[in-house]
Amino acid sequence: MSDPTVDLCSTVGSFACNLANTSECTGGAFGHTAMNIVVCVKYVPDATADRQFQSDNTVDRVGVDGLLSELDEYAVEQSLQIKEKRDGEDVTVTALCVGPEKAVDAVRKSLQMGVDKGVHVVDDAIAGSDAAATSLVLAKAIEKIGPVDLVVCGLASTDAAMSVVPAMLAERLGLPQVTQAAVVETQGDQVRIKRDGDAATEVIGGTMPLVLSVTDQSGEARYPSFKGIMAAKKKPLETLSLSDLGVDAGQVGLSVAWTAVEETAARPPRTAGEIVKDEDGSGATALVEFLASKKFI
Amino acid sequence: MSEVLVLVDHVDGAVKKPTYELLALAARLGEPSAVFIGSADQGAAVADAVKGYGAAKVYVVDDAQIKGYLVAPKAEALEQLIAKTSPAAVLIPSSAEGKEVAGRLAIKTSSGLITDAVDVQPGPVTTQSVFAGNFTVTAKVTQGTPIITVKPNSAAPVESAGAGAVEEFTPVISDAAKTAQIVASQPRQATGRPELTEAAIVVSGGRGTGGNFEPVDNFADSLGAAVGASRAAVDSGWKPHTFQVGQTGKTVSPQLYVAAGISGAIQHRAGMQTSKTIIAVNKDEEAPLFELVDFGVVGDLHAVLPAATEQIVARKG
Repeated sequence: MSDPTVDLCSTVGSFACNLANTSECTGGAFGHTAMNIVVCVKYVPDATADRQFQSDNTVDRVGVDGLLSELDEYAVEQSLQIKEKRDGEDVTVTALCVGPEKAVDAVRKSLQMGVDKGVHVVDDAIAGSDAAATSLVLAKAIEKIGPVDLVVCGLASTDAAMSVVPAMLAERLGLPQVTQAAVVETQGDQVRIKRDGDAATEVIGGTMPLVLSVTDQSGEARYPSFKGIMAAKKKPLETLSLSDLGVDAGQVGLSVAWTAVEETAARPPRTAGEIVKDEDGSGATALVEFLASKKFI
Repeated sequence: MSEVLVLVDHVDGAVKKPTYELLALAARLGEPSAVFIGSADQGAAVADAVKGYGAAKVYVVDDAQIKGYLVAPKAEALEQLIAKTSPAAVLIPSSAEGKEVAGRLAIKTSSGLITDAVDVQPGPVTTQSVFAGNFTVTAKVTQGTPIITVKPNSAAPVESAGAGAVEEFTPVISDAAKTAQIVASQPRQATGRPELTEAAIVVSGGRGTGGNFEPVDNFADSLGAAVGASRAAVDSGWKPHTFQVGQTGKTVSPQLYVAAGISGAIQHRAGMQTSKTIIAVNKDEEAPLFELVDFGVVGDLHAVLPAATEQIVARKG
């Protein structure tokens, strides 16, 4: 499998040519003719705002200004690029969000960027859900949206930042996962990505349907254009409750979470350290003295 | 005493330091059992390594059917080991792959998952650092087998003689798990420096380097440190993405973190705020990172770092 001499850039680059010669990868290999992409987007508290926990130790998602998670914008961008590269094919990109009422903003932003449809799952019972329950709701919503070829996620949320929902979602949907893509190529039902793995740069291949996650290296996300903002107002945006998805309220939420937070505490502010101004080399000497005093040298 | 499974972090059979840290944490919870998923002929050497850090058992899972595929087969192997051993907990390194294995495993076994723990105490009760390090959260798993991924540098390895009894374990891997394939893999070139996430000292450079990383690299080498970079430096092409410290790069928690020419945006702080000691060198005395530091130098890194490097080298003689 691993051939260190392989030039990874050209492997991904020549992917389209390689696949053009294989008969199994022609269009319509999905079992249905149209292609469906679902991009999962999360509404998160603004990382530059003063983020807080509530008295029940859940993240305050209402009292702090929120927005579409920056890292999910890259997932929206890649979904749109896949659609655009498949010129002439029937591709639908649906933005899916699970979150409180205000979270509809994340879906709207995705619609403004160019996705075709929005689905917002909102239900009071969902509040406080852990990653496992969130992945359950997402999986049920994806099943309701219809036969899906590609589920696209961001690298991590900017709040909890666990990075496990794509894996959990793939497990629940019984799909392969191709994660942390820095470069994405698709052709027919084949997906190929390049990524910086833990110990190596890798090219990963998979066959749709699958779950894909992309990093901020995959390409700058577009800003909504004025035209996009106007067009978004007319795009379908469906709001679903748990009962619409056939999920029992007792399966989700804080009380049935598989993990429990015992305590949250603001980290004590670091006590201000010593700051010196460098004058004619005094900074270097002071720095070395500090390092020596702390036994680093 | 119940077993505690520890997934061995290794590269081609060479055991990495986080494994020993996990074994130290596992010993607090029960009897540490190392799980080595790799080439069976390396099993004996791995067992030798981990038993010096308290592993009572070593499960050797030959990866002939696992290698070359992404995380799903590893999750299946661990699921079957959980069924066999009913462990008190499963500890997994908090790498990108480790967290994905843990995510699948949690759903397979209907078990609670805690990621990026920086401490694990009996219970198990975990400690996590969240919101860019501004909050500390203690938590526990309330359902199934506690599955916990642990960040590097969360515990000191403890040398202690374990029995290290080797047991070969052959999981049944489904065809469904063998769908996402590694087509090609290029091991990262060795830099001769410690691994960024595992290093005791990290020296990072940012926009202030102006693209000249030589002072940063040399200063790092004088301290035996790993080199990191801010997103601005990576986006400018001055260092590869694998050097990036921050929200979308690596999270580091070394004994000493030196930020040179880095202003300290929240995204960068998210990747280094839990470092034990923080030093900043920056021309701009208003740089937000100075609020976090134990020691700061307002000055040009191109002057300060080379002079400091020279003095350190002289001291080391």
